[in-house]
Amino acid sequence: MKPSLILDRCVRAEFHTLLLISVFLLLAGHNQPGGGFVGGLVAGAALALRLLVGGVGEVHQAIRLHPLPIVGGGLLLSGATALAPLVAGGQLLESAKATLSLPLLGTVPVSSTLAFDVGVYLVVVGLVLLLLRSLGGDVGGDDAEGDEG
Amino acid sequence: MAIHLFGAAVLLALARRLGVRVFLTAAVVPAIVLVWAISQTGAVLDGDPLVETIRWAPGLGLDIRLRLDGFALLFVLLVAGVGVLVFTYSRWYLGDDPRNGRLAATLLTFAGSMLGLVLADNLLALFVFWELTTVTSFLLIGTDDTKPSARSAALQALLTTGVGGLAMLAGFVLLGQQAGTFTLSEILASPPSGTVTDIALVLVLAGALTKSAQAPFHSWLPRAMAAPTPVSAYLHSATMVKAGIYVIARFAPVFAETMPWRPIVLTAGLASMLIGGYRALRQHDLKLLLAFGTVSQLGLLVVLLGLGTAQATFAGCALLLAHAAFKAALFLVVGVIDHQTKTRDIRVLSGLATELPALAVIAAISAASMAGIPPLLGFIAKELALEGVTATEVPLRVLIGGSVVIGGMLTFAYSARFQLGAFGRGRPARRETGQVIERPPVAFLAPAAALTAVTVVGGFFPGALDWLVRAGAASLDDRVGDAHLALWHGVNLALVLSAVTLAGGLTLVVTRRHLERLQFSLPSAPGADRAYDALVGGLLQGAAAVTGFVQSGSLPVYLTVILLTVVAVPGAALALGTSWPSSLTFAHTPLQIVIGVVSVVAAVAACRQTRRFSAVLLLGVVGYAMAGLFVLHGAPDLALTQLVVETLLIVLFMLVLSRLPGEFPTRSRQSRVVAAWVAMAVAAFVFAFSLAATAARREDPVSNAYLERAYPEAGGRNVVNVVLVDFRGLDTLGEIAVLAVAAVGAIMLGRGRRREDLDRP
Repeated sequence: MKPSLILDRCVRAEFHTLLLISVFLLLAGHNQPGGGFVGGLVAGAALALRLLVGGVGEVHQAIRLHPLPIVGGGLLLSGATALAPLVAGGQLLESAKATLSLPLLGTVPVSSTLAFDVGVYLVVVGLVLLLLRSLGGDVGGDDAEGDEG
Repeated sequence: MAIHLFGAAVLLALARRLGVRVFLTAAVVPAIVLVWAISQTGAVLDGDPLVETIRWAPGLGLDIRLRLDGFALLFVLLVAGVGVLVFTYSRWYLGDDPRNGRLAATLLTFAGSMLGLVLADNLLALFVFWELTTVTSFLLIGTDDTKPSARSAALQALLTTGVGGLAMLAGFVLLGQQAGTFTLSEILASPPSGTVTDIALVLVLAGALTKSAQAPFHSWLPRAMAAPTPVSAYLHSATMVKAGIYVIARFAPVFAETMPWRPIVLTAGLASMLIGGYRALRQHDLKLLLAFGTVSQLGLLVVLLGLGTAQATFAGCALLLAHAAFKAALFLVVGVIDHQTKTRDIRVLSGLATELPALAVIAAISAASMAGIPPLLGFIAKELALEGVTATEVPLRVLIGGSVVIGGMLTFAYSARFQLGAFGRGRPARRETGQVIERPPVAFLAPAAALTAVTVVGGFFPGALDWLVRAGAASLDDRVGDAHLALWHGVNLALVLSAVTLAGGLTLVVTRRHLERLQFSLPSAPGADRAYDALVGGLLQGAAAVTGFVQSGSLPVYLTVILLTVVAVPGAALALGTSWPSSLTFAHTPLQIVIGVVSVVAAVAACRQTRRFSAVLLLGVVGYAMAGLFVLHGAPDLALTQLVVETLLIVLFMLVLSRLPGEFPTRSRQSRVVAAWVAMAVAAFVFAFSLAATAARREDPVSNAYLERAYPEAGGRNVVNVVLVDFRGLDTLGEIAVLAVAAVGAIMLGRGRRREDLDRP
């Protein structure tokens, strides 16, 4: 069963927007609703849509990296952020604050917890990607079976 | 001191390249220890123990405190001395075999652990070394890992001594708690007392008696004879099995008067002495004969060193030395016989004296020492033992003395059985005719000869070993005074008893044919080894039954059990006493009612679906409704997360469902009714729990503090996120670690499926 053309087009149009939103949620998280966890889930949802439309091949196309390094990298980043203050002589998970001036965005206050949150984001995205890849072996695409879509 | 332990580890890597020379190289290490120990004797004999402390885990009060006193010195000399000889011997016995490197390294590790055990002055460090000897013993017994009998023997030794070791650890911990210190010398200097101490001592004794193969735990030792002969000679006669005796000897002078000590020690020791002696007379395999003889001799040692009187302790130290000398020598002799004739069965062997005269002399002297014939070291020790036992004020000393005499007779008899069986001409030789027995090289015999020399020198010139035994006994019990080793003690009770023992032993030897017939006509007693087999077999069966019952493999059953536990345990707490909210608001806004109705309808509909897919979608509706409630309560973060999670969940569910049949399987009415009741019980519980939770708050919510601190401290206006990444960042770190583990699990799931796909035609 071929997925409908409308769905296919819509998903392709939305995909990158969704990823942008997920990054926005990640960055905005410190002061507004959002954060690494939700951001990662939104990115995961975007990937799930790709899966429904084009099967596992589409997911592979969207993110070519193997998911396990993404999970591991995220865990490493968060762990390193948590441990870094110890090296600098502070407490575990102590955060540092700074204000950056970025082009286009103006002045942005940045906290070192952002790096921690990025780690969380990566772990979540990696996990969703992994689940989709290992469970979605024969869904969507040309050889789809079952009653989805 | 620690350098010697370290040396053992170094050899492990080096050993593989040395080939034939590996054992000779290994012998260097105990030789160094031997020289070092002898160089320390002067200071130790002056009553000045050498103490060295290595900081291990200072935060826990754990130091490896090593202490070399007289008794430890006795053991160090024994371990190192026999070690040098056994390593030299192994080179000839085992020849060239690629597995020798491993064997030598393990043997050396064992020697290091054993040294640590006798030197440790901290109970916990002692336990660690104790377990190390157990593990190395396991590896050494199982050297021939292709033989099932060797593997099961190794396992039995590990289980028996391991369980005993755990009991001992518990005992040590209790003892240390009672005494307020884990330092052995301090505990012995000011011993605790009371019921807890008594229990601790029983536990320690359990460990010591299993390690020293005392009845009823002795059956692992004869089976351990599956190990190569040098290992048997070293571990299972001279050193490791004496670890239990070492602990008993350390504790006895101080704790012998406590209630449980003497009954346990004496019963186990005397029983082992008699059982071991009796069963040794039934053996045809020379090695098994010696093994049961070891059980018997260890029993005598346990009695002597466990009595806790000065004289018995002194006799125990003497016997310790004598036993190591003659028993190790005899084991080495058996090894030579085995190596040259390829058999150890006395029904096959006969008249080896003509072919191997030197070996016959060595064996004869050592066996005579074991039998307690003057003027050898064994005789001196036995006589001291009789003296020690009879001179004590312990109740039932007549019974103990009598048992020791009978044990001595049995020992005499099996010593004779050993010697006559291997070398005598009592039976027609059933060896293959024409088999030529090569004379072993001199170096092969040298270790056994050296041990025999100790036996002879100790017998004729007791003064040569007197200092060592005295130092050992004196460091255990300062009441030893001026006891001495001597061949001639004058005519006293002990001498008479010695004579009686020898006469009785001779009678047993003369009548041995009839005795043997009698023994084999009797039904063999229910052995401890059969009890062990039944125990282990029963345990495995029980475990299989429990697993079969608990792990039924049915998801609905697991779920029912989990849910019922949730209802029962916190439910009981709810029922027993909770404050319920005094007033309830039905709804804050009309929207809440709408959402509530939607989710109830969706939930009921989900239950009624026969198609899996529709049920999942309806569950999704419930999830979205929850997100709606979160929005109404002003928790956008939560709502957002719930929404996305719900979406992803539906997608993943669909992926899984595409592999399953579209319809739910039809289940019996009965199981559906059960499921319905469980579901309703859980629902009622959750409802009640939520109500109670709203009324349970007594303190200000912690979120108030978070709200105040979020911006000034963490620079974030979104409190939820600040909590996640900052205040409770460690929790989040843990959670994403769990996610990572789940990711690995997902990979494995995927792989398993793919392999199934491959298997499918």
